[in-house]
Amino acid sequence: MQKKMTGKRNIQWNDMGIILTLVAMIVIFSVFTKSFFSLRNFTNVARQISVTGICAVGMTMVILTGGIDLSIGSLIGLTSALAAVMMSNGCPIILAVLAALAVGVIVGFFNATCINYLYIPPMITTLAMMISLRGAVYLITGGMPIYGIPEQFKVLGQGSIGALPISTIIMVIVFIFGYIVLGRTPFGRHIYGIGGSAETARLSGVNVKRVLYKMYMLVGLLGALAGLILTSRVNSGQPSSGDGYEMDIITAVVLGGVSVSGGEGKLGKVIIGVIFMGVLANGMMMMNINEYWQRVVKGLVLLAAVAVDIRAKNKAKAV
Amino acid sequence: MRMDQPILELRSITKKYPGVVALDDVSLSFYRGEVHAIVGENGAGKSTFIKVITGAIQPTKGEIWFEGKKLENNNPQKALEMGISAIYQELNLLKDLTVAENIFYNRYIYKHGLIDYRAIEEESHKVLERLGVKIDPKTLVKNLSVGYQQLVEIAKSLSRTVKVLILDEPSAPLTNNELKYLFDIVEAMRKENMAIIYISHRLEEVFRLCDKVSVFRDGHYIQTMHVKDTNKTELIRLMVNRELNESFPALHTSRGEKVLEVKNLSTSLLKDISFSAYRGERLGFAGLVGAGRTETARAVFGADKIKSGEILIDGKRMKIDSPSDAIKCGIVYLSEDRKQLGLFLNMSIADNILFSYLPKLRNKFGIISKGKASSVCDAQIQNLAIKTPSAQQLVRNLSGGNQQKVVLAKWMLMNCDVIFFDEPTRGIDVGAKQEIYKLMNQLAEEGKAVVMISSEMQELLGMSDRIIVMHEGKIVGELSHEQATQEEVLRLASGV
Repeated sequence: MQKKMTGKRNIQWNDMGIILTLVAMIVIFSVFTKSFFSLRNFTNVARQISVTGICAVGMTMVILTGGIDLSIGSLIGLTSALAAVMMSNGCPIILAVLAALAVGVIVGFFNATCINYLYIPPMITTLAMMISLRGAVYLITGGMPIYGIPEQFKVLGQGSIGALPISTIIMVIVFIFGYIVLGRTPFGRHIYGIGGSAETARLSGVNVKRVLYKMYMLVGLLGALAGLILTSRVNSGQPSSGDGYEMDIITAVVLGGVSVSGGEGKLGKVIIGVIFMGVLANGMMMMNINEYWQRVVKGLVLLAAVAVDIRAKNKAKAV
Repeated sequence: MRMDQPILELRSITKKYPGVVALDDVSLSFYRGEVHAIVGENGAGKSTFIKVITGAIQPTKGEIWFEGKKLENNNPQKALEMGISAIYQELNLLKDLTVAENIFYNRYIYKHGLIDYRAIEEESHKVLERLGVKIDPKTLVKNLSVGYQQLVEIAKSLSRTVKVLILDEPSAPLTNNELKYLFDIVEAMRKENMAIIYISHRLEEVFRLCDKVSVFRDGHYIQTMHVKDTNKTELIRLMVNRELNESFPALHTSRGEKVLEVKNLSTSLLKDISFSAYRGERLGFAGLVGAGRTETARAVFGADKIKSGEILIDGKRMKIDSPSDAIKCGIVYLSEDRKQLGLFLNMSIADNILFSYLPKLRNKFGIISKGKASSVCDAQIQNLAIKTPSAQQLVRNLSGGNQQKVVLAKWMLMNCDVIFFDEPTRGIDVGAKQEIYKLMNQLAEEGKAVVMISSEMQELLGMSDRIIVMHEGKIVGELSHEQATQEEVLRLASGV
């Protein structure tokens, strides 16, 4: 009993740790820049995090199963480019949207097939997809930005209801959806089980392959949704759209306390990780820290987040 | 030192673990030029004994004397340096390296600060020659058969000075041809005046190869004899000759209809397995480790691929390709490896109990109904008397007995007809064992077929209405409760 108590306290300290760091960061940025602490900027951050936030829901599921998805940034780029090219060529918005969502699902299906039947580890499967899909983005766009997006499409990434950006509302809905799926459906509970022990899940009568198929397809769908929002926000299809997003997303999820070894973590805390990454990027930009330094910092944040997770794990084991 | 002095002497070795005495006051001596067999049932204490000699574990009490000197603070490195070398059933080779690299791993011969591959290959060649085996030292280990890999393992240990060679179940993975090699090597090592400790389930090897044989039972040393003065029947009698004093709850039902029938089941390990299980009956599976009992259960449960054979439920042929299929047919399996294969240790009791049942708890929106989930879960916790403050407790924090009840609770929700218990009371304390036995009886009384795999002879005899005995992937006998005696079970299990 005693042991359990100490374990609990550790976890709570970790949760408080990220929140305190977030608050400290906000204070620092507010002190050192003029424009950081303003409603306008906060709305801006809320808009910026919607793309990574939506993908973080999918990434949480993948990491819970003990996998990882490196292809998500390239998928954002691909679906964004595809929708932009279609719309700029006069294709109806609805068709472009459906095509982008379909591509997301197909990529997820392909990832799951490689993992389920070719037994390629998720990291390698999605690394390969990350490279190939980025190639596809350049092929579709010819390496040039695509403009000529219809006005009506802007509402997705630029519109607001009151002070709330529509894209942020979509992200919140996705989070609520993810929360219910993970906590209250057999599919979600089986995701946790697979991460805990895939063999135990199989011996409990779960069709592990089918769960992974469903999950990667859902992840692809969310990636496509994020890609569409990004297209709408920047009002164009950029060949480098989504480049490096996978790392921000993974960092946000791990900061949110999802264990990189799978099976443990809560979506409710992942939203904090997403906000953390959003504030960090926005604040550094406001402070005019150059982009190269920003990358150095983000890398270190990922290392720190994983180190905290592993340290908590080892402690739990030692107890 | 005189040759008739023992090279290795163990005096009053005792090893206690919390709640168990693995070795109780064992004294035994080993001599040069002698092959000394150690026999005993599963869990007799043979492995613990070996580990004490090699320094892998420290005895709670007792002394080890080596070459007339008391051995203090034994550890694996020290034992190895003094010439005590053990070869275990699980090979310890780096499969992507060559034979020579494995033999000299970490003891490379250097020239100009770099590894001198030619020298280690030549030295390896010499060692292999001494063993009389033709293996090219440049071959990658992964390209050798398991038998040859084992010879490499032996060569690896012989490349040092070895005075005591311990072979733990060396013959288990070998084919008949490879077996001959092994025997020749043991013969050769005996001539080199080595003391050899030979542990084997196979009694015929003891009589063919060894000079002396010592019997262990339940952590006790029983007796040492010259092989020429004894026979298989006597050995078996000594191995099992224990008083049956544990009591088991009585079963208040009689055998009902046949529910499961397995016909000519074969896998890569199993040969032509056929048996039936009946409602209201407790069927025991006996056999030594590696006889194929767990494999049989896993094959029926759809966890492993089967090559051929049929599984019938209530006389109907069923297609079982996965555990999910088996569960739909009413067959469930409680693994012997509860922690790795039966439970999600980092998840709650509720998550574990409901894991397979979740789809049935959905409301019309596809969402799990919280109220239904907790009432189902609480009912199971109460039915099986799982001791816990709450259903949200992590399974990791439960005792072995309560963990086993959690697994059972999961399966009882699935409406099963046939329940395979694989070592149901392993790692469970005495009081909780009785509870598990009562639950097993309760299931049989409810008209389910209870199938139990057990390596504990008392449990097997006490809790089975019928016993099937397996040996090396085959069913070698079936005994009714009345026919089943310790000797008879072990005789069949030893393939005698």
